[in-house]
Amino acid sequence: MNHHLVLRVVTKILVPVILLFGLYVQFHGDYGPGGGFQAGVIFAAGIILYGLVFGLDAAKQVAPPLIVQRLMAFGVLLYAGVGVVTLALGENYLDYDILHPDLEHHTGQHYGILAVELGVGITVATVMMLLFYGFAGRNFDIKDEDW
Amino acid sequence: MIEEAALQFDVTTAIDIILMIFLLISALAIVVMRHLFSIAMVSGVYSLLSAAFFVNLDAVDVAFTEAAVGAGMSTILILGALLLTSRREKITPNRSAFIPLIVVVVTGAALFYATFDMPNFADPNSPANTDVGLQYIQRNYDDIGVPNIVTSVLASYRGFDTLGETLVVFAAGLSVLVLLGVSSAGRLTGREDET
Repeated sequence: MNHHLVLRVVTKILVPVILLFGLYVQFHGDYGPGGGFQAGVIFAAGIILYGLVFGLDAAKQVAPPLIVQRLMAFGVLLYAGVGVVTLALGENYLDYDILHPDLEHHTGQHYGILAVELGVGITVATVMMLLFYGFAGRNFDIKDEDW
Repeated sequence: MIEEAALQFDVTTAIDIILMIFLLISALAIVVMRHLFSIAMVSGVYSLLSAAFFVNLDAVDVAFTEAAVGAGMSTILILGALLLTSRREKITPNRSAFIPLIVVVVTGAALFYATFDMPNFADPNSPANTDVGLQYIQRNYDDIGVPNIVTSVLASYRGFDTLGETLVVFAAGLSVLVLLGVSSAGRLTGREDET
């Protein structure tokens, strides 16, 4: 889409905003609507929009598939790891209260939920990017009139 | 006060009806159209309308997901799949539409019949609002201390479920990786030879 000047300019302006909004949804999920699943998809949508307009190779430079693949597993491990940590500290699996002694303000719960949601967000975002890479990687760019 | 509530109810109902009409129009358009690119776009519109519908029902988290996944990701994936096939749906030879019509009408009637058993919207005595849902709402602040109850149910009360869901997403990504493969260098080669 090299000649679509308007699309390119608008995308350049929009992508940082989308990524920032994804991070906001991720870390504000305790207080407002949203959370890991939504944030992951929004963040991936930013990268995918970039890939759609500037080409798959540009997107792969921003988010290299090798790193994306590893992060995909890291997200799940982060989630499961929080459970292992609580288990090691002598509580039930995924019982976050043990993570912080301040039970009055539920700080442990906040920490646990934040970490777990981050794991969900990372896995969802990377899987979405990988889906895009997998599908888009099978085609050459097509001409506008082919649509 | 009562008048205000009644007015608000009317506005939400009116918006619901308008959105429903739009949903119906886009569904019919998908059935009628033959151009696959337009169908992909209209199904995106359908998802976005559903998201607006969910906002109207105060289910903001669901609306969020519907807008991001339904209107955004699915449309892009359908477009990606579309590139591998032709642009138009083939016109199938005229077959009798009688049996499909019967199936659709019977299924639709059964679904309509089932809605009579459902509780009214926001009914305080419905099972969802009296049993475990009420427990979550009452205990959330003492147990978890997170204002968004959806998040505390998802990540803390039902942390195991969410771990399972994350694993499902991971497995989906893994199977795409195994089946399609993602090269780090760039595009797959091979199609060029055909031209």
